[in-house]
Amino acid sequence: MARHYRWLAVIVLLVAFCVWVSLPGTTGLDWNNDGTLDLVVEQKLGLDLVGGVRVLLEAQLPPGSFTAEDLQRAADNVNKRVNGLGLTEATVQVQGDRRILVELPGVTDKKQAVNTIKATALLEFVDFAGIPGAGNLDDARILTDEQDQLLKARGEQASGDLLRRPDNGQPFSTILTGADLKSASAQFDAQTSGFFIAVELSDAAVATFSQFTGARIGQPMAIVLDSTVLSAPIIQSQLGASFIIEGQFTQDEANSLALQLRSGALPIPMREEAASDVGATLGQESVNLSIRAGVIGVLVVLTFMMLYYRVPGTAAALALIVFALLNFAAYKLIPVTLTLPAITGFLISIGTAVDGNILIFERMKEELRAGKPLGMALDLGFNRAWGSIRDSNISTIIICSVLFFFGQTPGASVVSGFAITLILGLLINLFTAVIVTRTFLYLLASWLQKPLSEKKWLLGA
Amino acid sequence: MFNLVEKRRWFFIISAFLIVPGLLAMVYSTITTGAPFRLSIDFVGGSIYDLSFFETGITENNIREAFAEYDDRSLTVQRLTLDDGSERWSVRGSFLEQEQTEQILDNLNQFSLLDRERTQIERVSETIGAEVGRAAFFAVLAASFIVSFFIIIAFRTVPNALRYGLSAIAAMVHDVLVVMGLASIMGLFFGWEVDALFLTAVLTVLAYSVQDSIVLFDRIRENIPQYLGEPYETIVNRSIWETIHRSLATQLNAFFIMAAILLFGGETIKQFIAILFIGLVSGTYSSIFTAAPLLVAWEKGELPFMSRIGGLLPSPLPLENDGV
Repeated sequence: MARHYRWLAVIVLLVAFCVWVSLPGTTGLDWNNDGTLDLVVEQKLGLDLVGGVRVLLEAQLPPGSFTAEDLQRAADNVNKRVNGLGLTEATVQVQGDRRILVELPGVTDKKQAVNTIKATALLEFVDFAGIPGAGNLDDARILTDEQDQLLKARGEQASGDLLRRPDNGQPFSTILTGADLKSASAQFDAQTSGFFIAVELSDAAVATFSQFTGARIGQPMAIVLDSTVLSAPIIQSQLGASFIIEGQFTQDEANSLALQLRSGALPIPMREEAASDVGATLGQESVNLSIRAGVIGVLVVLTFMMLYYRVPGTAAALALIVFALLNFAAYKLIPVTLTLPAITGFLISIGTAVDGNILIFERMKEELRAGKPLGMALDLGFNRAWGSIRDSNISTIIICSVLFFFGQTPGASVVSGFAITLILGLLINLFTAVIVTRTFLYLLASWLQKPLSEKKWLLGA
Repeated sequence: MFNLVEKRRWFFIISAFLIVPGLLAMVYSTITTGAPFRLSIDFVGGSIYDLSFFETGITENNIREAFAEYDDRSLTVQRLTLDDGSERWSVRGSFLEQEQTEQILDNLNQFSLLDRERTQIERVSETIGAEVGRAAFFAVLAASFIVSFFIIIAFRTVPNALRYGLSAIAAMVHDVLVVMGLASIMGLFFGWEVDALFLTAVLTVLAYSVQDSIVLFDRIRENIPQYLGEPYETIVNRSIWETIHRSLATQLNAFFIMAAILLFGGETIKQFIAILFIGLVSGTYSSIFTAAPLLVAWEKGELPFMSRIGGLLPSPLPLENDGV
């Protein structure tokens, strides 16, 4: 009997801990890469509950022409851009050997966000000296020697519809690229009511640039972004370290471009392979509906258990509450990102938790009907049922693991949320169905010993 | 105690009635569309737009016009009628890039103001879709194999262990076929599409089916030494009746939860829950009316080729003698 009281103490402590963790104001834990602990204030919610954007980017290069490090650099680059947009909840992950998954929960300007992270953002300053009609080449797509080099390094051919120099058919020459910039920021010009980019060159590039502009006064110089000519202004005077780029940018475009320039061009061009765009209100409605459904479902189950199994049923109901609390605390601590499928997984795991209790109680009823005394019936109920509970839970855990691995495939990421909460629920169930239910039941049985021995129906028999 | 197992021929016939229409639907579907079910964009690629407008008044033609620039005849446009009088449309088209999608949304705004915060857009390229399809296929295969293996090992101490494993597997296959058949039929008649979540339903049904069979087999395993003199058929029958309360109670509880989700939960998950529910009912049905009868039939040598298999292990039970 004493051991049941000991377990009760453990359970009460656990519950207190879980309630404390689950309270909205309380912190969860977030392990940083360097081993320190960050305290996270809220439960992580998935895109379908918070709204936002998810984009799967794929390298636009043949396999083998880039390394894993290149892909990681591209991911880091995207990460910088994402942070630059002020999206702190965002995640950027390398998937497989050619994909990057970007999740931007809660982002409000989706168009700008996706454009910012997708673009290669190769900025070039190109020599347009001696090119006839240079002023009319805005928005034209041209080939430069810089691009040519990059393409050759990957074993690719330049596209046929990129313009070359009309005089000798060669690619245009690049003077500087975005890599030579020390800083870039979007500014507003009150006179023209437009936005421009103020840039500052790195020290190493200043000399080259000064010399070039000094020798080309009166000639046009093109500013090219991702092969497209933004503008080709005439060089008015020798330029130094700081100058501006004009291109009739909107505020969004200017901010986006400045950010891309600051984080650098993507080492590998990327393209979208899949995307998800969820409105925030839709997400909020989903949360409300799911919570409502979950609460109602669980209440009905609790009521049923208490009515059908009476005293043991009450023990099971209490154990179920402990089960739920343990799960919620786990979601905050691990942390687990809650999505709609994840919530469904949790609800299904409740079904399994209840099943475990039912197995025990049905066995108990049988033993009682066979005339065994209460204590023995309880013992037999638990011992005999444990084998079934363990075997069936394990087989379900196996299947969930398969589901989890399936969920690692890029397009099926929703599935892993379901698998995680279900597995978590099953593992926690192995603890609660036996230890917690048993503790509550034995304690209730000993406290209510007199009435129980007289009124067998209280035991659900 | 009513002898359920005796009527096993009827149960096998009922099972056939449950499975065959589904199989026919799947075959028909494969012949006409190349896949056994209606596949969602998760498997074939494409885009699905769940559009919400602030006011009513937009027509299908408006929507088609908005998409016309980028999309083609393959566009499916459907109006979702909901009780709260909101204007919601579901559009299914081909996979487009972000810029094109934004352009389409701008076009739509010309006709009627779009409630961006209540709108959801999913886009998947064909490549990713094909990958997910392959992964789904292998997932089901892997799960089936691993679980089968596990059951055989879990029951290795029982005489004729292989039979238990194979019977549980037969029940599992039965349930998976029922669920897939249902999805196929629903696809043909109501346009239900199979997405990644459906696969989750299939694997969950698989898990429940096995769970249910294990509980029953555990009871049989326990009863065999206890009722040594009884014929196998009687033991199995008794085991069924002893575990039936538990099966029904569990089903009922699962039903409560799913009913709550169906009635009070969001739209998106309704098909998933409906399929899951049918699958769970099938899981309970198959343990009692497929797996158990199979065990008995096997023991009695009623299965044409099977009496050799599984009988290689020595059986301490006296063999059934009909009529003696």
